[in-house]
Amino acid sequence: MRVPRFLQPVFEVRGMARWLLLSGLAVVVFFVVLAIFAPLIAPYGFDQVSADGVRFPKQASPSGEHLLGTTVQSTDVLSRVIWGSRTAIEVVVLAVVFSLAIGVPLGLISGYVGGRVDRALVLVMDALFAFPYLLLAIVIAFLLSSSVGQGVFTAAVAITVVYIPQYFRVVRNHVISVREEPYVEAARALGAPRRTVIRRYVFHNVIQSVPAIATLNAADAILTLAALGFLGYGIQPTEAAEWGYDLQRAIDDAGAGIWWTGLFPGLAIVLLVTGFTLVGEGINDVLNPLIRQRAVEPPVIPAQPDSELPPPGAEPPPRGATEARATEVHRE
Amino acid sequence: MSEPGGSPPSEPGEPVTSGPGEPAEGGPGEPLLAVRGLRVWYGTGGDPVRAVDGVSFEIGAGETVGLVGESGCGKSTLGRGVLGLLPDNATAAGEVRYRGRDLVGLSRRELRDLRGPEIGLIFQEPMTRLDPLHTIADHFRETLRIHEPELGDEETRKRSLETLARMGIPPTRFRQYPHEFSGGMRQRIMIALALVLRPSLLIADEPTTALDVIVEAQILQILADLRENFDTGLLLITHNLGIVAEACDRVAVMYAGQIVEEGEARRVFSEPAHPYTRALLRSTISLRTTGLHYIAGAPPNLIDPPPACRFHPRCPDAMAVCRERDPIEVSLAADQRVSCWLHGPEDEIPPQGAEPLERTEIAIAEEA
Amino acid sequence: MVADPTTDPLLAVRDLRTHYSVRGSFIDRLRGREAGAVAAVDGVSFDLRRGEVLGVVGESGSGKTTLGRTLLGLVPATGGSVHLRGREITGLPERELRPLRRRLQIVFQDPHASLNPAMTIGAAIADPLRFHGIAADAGDRKRRVAAALERVGLAPASQFADKYPTDLSGGQKQRAVLARAIVLGPEVLVADEPVSMLDMSVRAKILELMIALKEELDLTYLYITHDLATAKFFCDRIAIMYLGRIVEIGPASQIYDDPKHPYTASLLRAIPEPDPTRSVPRDLPRGEVPDAVSPPLGCRFHPRCPRAFEVCGWESRDLRTLLETRWTRMAEEEYERERELVGELDSLDEPAVEASLPAGPGHTDEEALGVLEAMRAEAPDDPFWKGVAELQPDGSGARVRFHEPLVPRDLEVDGARVECHLHDPEALAAARAAAASDGPAVVAEPT
Repeated sequence: MRVPRFLQPVFEVRGMARWLLLSGLAVVVFFVVLAIFAPLIAPYGFDQVSADGVRFPKQASPSGEHLLGTTVQSTDVLSRVIWGSRTAIEVVVLAVVFSLAIGVPLGLISGYVGGRVDRALVLVMDALFAFPYLLLAIVIAFLLSSSVGQGVFTAAVAITVVYIPQYFRVVRNHVISVREEPYVEAARALGAPRRTVIRRYVFHNVIQSVPAIATLNAADAILTLAALGFLGYGIQPTEAAEWGYDLQRAIDDAGAGIWWTGLFPGLAIVLLVTGFTLVGEGINDVLNPLIRQRAVEPPVIPAQPDSELPPPGAEPPPRGATEARATEVHRE
Repeated sequence: MSEPGGSPPSEPGEPVTSGPGEPAEGGPGEPLLAVRGLRVWYGTGGDPVRAVDGVSFEIGAGETVGLVGESGCGKSTLGRGVLGLLPDNATAAGEVRYRGRDLVGLSRRELRDLRGPEIGLIFQEPMTRLDPLHTIADHFRETLRIHEPELGDEETRKRSLETLARMGIPPTRFRQYPHEFSGGMRQRIMIALALVLRPSLLIADEPTTALDVIVEAQILQILADLRENFDTGLLLITHNLGIVAEACDRVAVMYAGQIVEEGEARRVFSEPAHPYTRALLRSTISLRTTGLHYIAGAPPNLIDPPPACRFHPRCPDAMAVCRERDPIEVSLAADQRVSCWLHGPEDEIPPQGAEPLERTEIAIAEEA
Repeated sequence: MVADPTTDPLLAVRDLRTHYSVRGSFIDRLRGREAGAVAAVDGVSFDLRRGEVLGVVGESGSGKTTLGRTLLGLVPATGGSVHLRGREITGLPERELRPLRRRLQIVFQDPHASLNPAMTIGAAIADPLRFHGIAADAGDRKRRVAAALERVGLAPASQFADKYPTDLSGGQKQRAVLARAIVLGPEVLVADEPVSMLDMSVRAKILELMIALKEELDLTYLYITHDLATAKFFCDRIAIMYLGRIVEIGPASQIYDDPKHPYTASLLRAIPEPDPTRSVPRDLPRGEVPDAVSPPLGCRFHPRCPRAFEVCGWESRDLRTLLETRWTRMAEEEYERERELVGELDSLDEPAVEASLPAGPGHTDEEALGVLEAMRAEAPDDPFWKGVAELQPDGSGARVRFHEPLVPRDLEVDGARVECHLHDPEALAAARAAAASDGPAVVAEPT
């Protein structure tokens, strides 16, 4: 399988960026595994309050029976955390896919076509962007709740609307600079239809900025989802387990010394957000050429007692042409 | 060329070693700038790029030296190396003596103090070096304030206007902004900004490449007047041999990080000794050119340059020895040095060393 | 009308004009004002005959690049016509223009920037085949790409097709760009400075390749360049452009051996020769190409022309330039003294054949006039003074009236076409009449 060219540096990365990327990826992969195999991993269902006809105790502290204890509604905390990761990953994936699917094409069109279309779109997006994001998400969730219900889909759409302007802006601004590149004009001169120019010549060169934003937005989306749930505008407790909702229910417990109902969902949020952020920062370091170049150390020039001696380091096998050229670029 | 074999007489005035911080005038025979065995390597993460690899040359006061070669041969790196203006991943070694003081190993601060009042710089893109938000007058005031703070306002203005006038910029335009000037005017302003500090050495890296022919010729005129009026030494880095011929006293030809031939411009142009110089001259297209010529192949990758003579894979006159032993610098008659086995020394060439080298066909695929 | 390929030109350009509107400063835009229009191409006519190489030579700002882009329909023409084999192609919508692109191709100056960095060389060359539905299938496309690569010397093709632009050297990239242009089998190739970004040692190789391609593929070239030296090798005919107009066009040999326009002559003189016995030419045109937003009156080259005379278009702005040049040469105190005698020069910026040089505050009109007279006394041979019809004080300053400017006509001289009054008997006669009317004493007495 061929790795897209712009992602290749990700596999060649060394040093700090590699560490960020790998540790972030480990955390994210852990939660994704939890999410996918939730039915197998979680001891109980997300709203299960009894097993074999025996009701679970209320607010039981962590024990062999319930590893992370139970809640005020008698649900198992561990199970809720695991099912909650499924909800979080579902919503984040949907939200990122939706906002990419809408924000990126709109940015492409706005930037490439320009003129009135551009002005109109920029106005709408700026208005969305200027709106307090949580309030916006709440409004959307509220509007959709009557028609679609308060499930994963609604939450994802509410979050999508918040993030579309970000993709739009980044992509549009990048398109505007790429549009002026001679290779885009060359494509026109070769007779490329406008759609092809955008798809094959513009899109490929602006897409590089998207992965970093997408992962960073994913981190942000987890928080937004939790905030919605916490405020009661998120996913209905009957639909799925959700960390924000759990936190909200745990507020009263905290005063009574019942720490497990709040700690574990909270910890899950922090971990997953950190994981996504680390991946995003790692990708950013890798794909941003300015940061990449800085890392190279100056060489040590050995003393040269006699010019007749073969210069030190003459032995190693020739390097690939690619590498040599890459270094020549910033030299001349 | 790391050995300054046949260099002009610098021996009597043995280089004065001076501690950093106290600029010392060189002895009577000391040239303005003497570079000996300079090497500048870049780190790549793997093996280093040897952009400048053992270069020696001199510039006298008021002398214009042209530095020519294809791109990728280390010309710009050499220019920057002399000034210590190198990126973080570069290392310089060797000797750069300016008025007897070694610049290699000076701290960034000491180098910064030298740049401007002692050694001036002119770049290819004048617009990127001028601040669009400040007038030309501001630029001059700022430059003089940093380097000659004792100068009063009136004196500053006078010096600036005087220098600008010499560059053909009318005094009426002193308070205008960079964007109000044409490309050629901006380059004149840049030159004036360098000259207002009265440096004794100027390094110009492709100063006319971005300009049109007529404006280029105008700038060359200014540079030619420079040596007469200001007694400024000039290192002119260019890929255009026509410019060297018109503006330079001496010329150094650079190939793959080394100077392969150096000498008086007239002499080098009329009797080029190195096959690379000959090839460069032949490939220059001018009005008098009657046929198209080019140099086969491309300058080598400087991470792993060819052994012995670096030009041998592209050289039409290559001999067996060229692949085996580093060329030795030879002084030819008049002021001309060359590093090429064609010019000997004969007794260093091993038996059968003069046999022509079986040349592997250079594919277009390998070309520049 | 059916075009006859043997006699009709492949490309007939008539009075082509391309104007851009320029944005003014931020404040201007806030007020909703446009700063004006640049006539980048301003009435250009020529024929491109089948199989020939026509060089379009000019400095930056001459409009040569805009001309190339207008011919390709990459920028809309403001006026005039371009006929490709008898068919009008200006003003065609992109949809109708697209099929024509097969026949009319362009190569840009910067080979690196004109290749999509995210696309392999092979894909870049295959793409135009796909746009025009030329290849029958993927296999055919691959064969055609390989053939194009090998034709431009990137052989074996398999070694280059999968490389990205960053993996190639400048010369190789320009070869790839040429391969992409010829894969469509065009008739006309517009080459916009194809070698100027390349090293001297590579230029000859690319030029040689272009000559070979022309022979093999029966191409016709429009070679746009600032470099008369490479054009000399390459072109059958040369058109010299200056500020949006062709000032001279003719057979290459004639342009080089016997340039008719003073501008052509100075361009030729300015080319550096790799010959140290020749020194820098001293008699170059002064200044640089002026702003195309408001070009000089009359002949656009007159302010820089060493041979300009009475009717070439002398005007207020030339007076300002002359004054400033004079002050540039003066010593500081001398300049300060003279600067006080005259007022602000901004009134001279509006192009006019009658200008008034205001006297400085506290100084009389006679003093302002004195400055001009001192100028004339110092350099009476400056062509500027031929253009001055009358010089007199007008109460507030020195009034300068210039001779009525004539716009140069398109003249046929020895098989070349040139726009220069030096070759126009009528303009010369008008100049003689103008000079006579001045009389020997140009300074009119105040009445």
